[in-house]
Amino acid sequence: MPAQVVTVTSGKGGVGKTTAIANLAVALASNGSRVVCIDGDIGLRNLDVILGLENRIVYDIVDVIEGRCRLKQAMIKDKKLPNLHLIPAAQTRDKNAVSASDMNRLVKDLRSECDFVLIDSPAGIERGFKNAIAPADRVLVVTNPEVSAVRDADRVIGILEAEGKGPGALIINRLNPALVKKQDMLSADDVLDLLAIELIGIVPEDEGVIVGSNRGVPVAADPKSRAGQAFRNIARRLMGEEVPFLDLESTGSLWERIQRLAGRK
Amino acid sequence: MSFLDKLLGRKNSADSAKERLQLVLIHDRTDLTSAELESLRDDLVATISRHVEIDVTGMQFGVEHDGRSQRLVADIPIKSAHRRRAARKSKTK
Ligand SMILES: Nc1ncnc2c1ncn2[C@@H]1O[C@H](COP(=O)(O)OP(=O)(O)O)[C@@H](O)[C@H]1O
Ligand SMILES: [Mg+2]
Repeated sequence: MPAQVVTVTSGKGGVGKTTAIANLAVALASNGSRVVCIDGDIGLRNLDVILGLENRIVYDIVDVIEGRCRLKQAMIKDKKLPNLHLIPAAQTRDKNAVSASDMNRLVKDLRSECDFVLIDSPAGIERGFKNAIAPADRVLVVTNPEVSAVRDADRVIGILEAEGKGPGALIINRLNPALVKKQDMLSADDVLDLLAIELIGIVPEDEGVIVGSNRGVPVAADPKSRAGQAFRNIARRLMGEEVPFLDLESTGSLWERIQRLAGRK
Repeated sequence: MSFLDKLLGRKNSADSAKERLQLVLIHDRTDLTSAELESLRDDLVATISRHVEIDVTGMQFGVEHDGRSQRLVADIPIKSAHRRRAARKSKTK
């Protein structure tokens, strides 16, 4: 079967696109899928450090596009997961080095080689974003439960619809259940109500994400991490499984948990 | 939401966020500002009033969303012919 090409985008920067790509890649590869990640954030290379592969880069995406190396040479193999590869972004070159048709050509060559191509998009709605969505079969829109992130997600969803890429599926990242409970954060239902698209995952705010990025080991590799669990569930949904959404409210107080266990809540 | 907020009857911040976003998204999606909507409403009132007398105070007008699509909704009460005639009579007196 040819690969599924999934692009992760958001409009706003810093909402968790790169985190999502790294974790989905680890989760999918751990399930035995052959995964190739493409860092589409030209000039702001990041996926390599989040995956812990920064020391192995020789060639990058622009080297492939401009014919300085073969595709295979730019694919960095993960240390622990041999079926996970990264094609890094170029760090020094200008953003116009890559076009949408370059991306399409590159991804076409990868389709027969793997099960998933995951493309990390830069923030914004300009060229880099357009390049990242051009080859996508499926687009995941990441947002946070905050006004600016939701607004930008809505803009991006509108553009995806206009470009015939479907409305996309939504990842709500950095949800803080305690704040939602205090009614000081939009709930997942609120965000879904506003954006009115399919939900593919809710990822809680989790300190482990930062610890994981410090080490270059995404939390999806940690069986105890809640954010990791959420990303593993999204990966399974991408593989076509039906997985119930996590009950994030269960991080409440001990008393509330007991009440819930007793069926009183 | 703090105790003070509750004491002062202030709305919780999640509700404010949702309400503000609802308005902003309508404007972003339709490319219509509040001022443009207002002038659209005024034009509508003027046009309809040329044909039939309407009750402007009882009118509802706005953009509603249904999933990801927007619709302009106007609910405009028409003054009854009976009352209109009565009003005309009292004027001519
Ligand atoms: N679920 C989460 N919990 C805690 N921190 C997170 C979470 N998701 C992302 N972060 C942090 O947010 C920051 C931005 O994430 P990143 O993936 O680089 O965003 P983007 O690629 O959209 O710019 C990083 O410091 C990352 O560690
Ligand atoms: Mg990023």
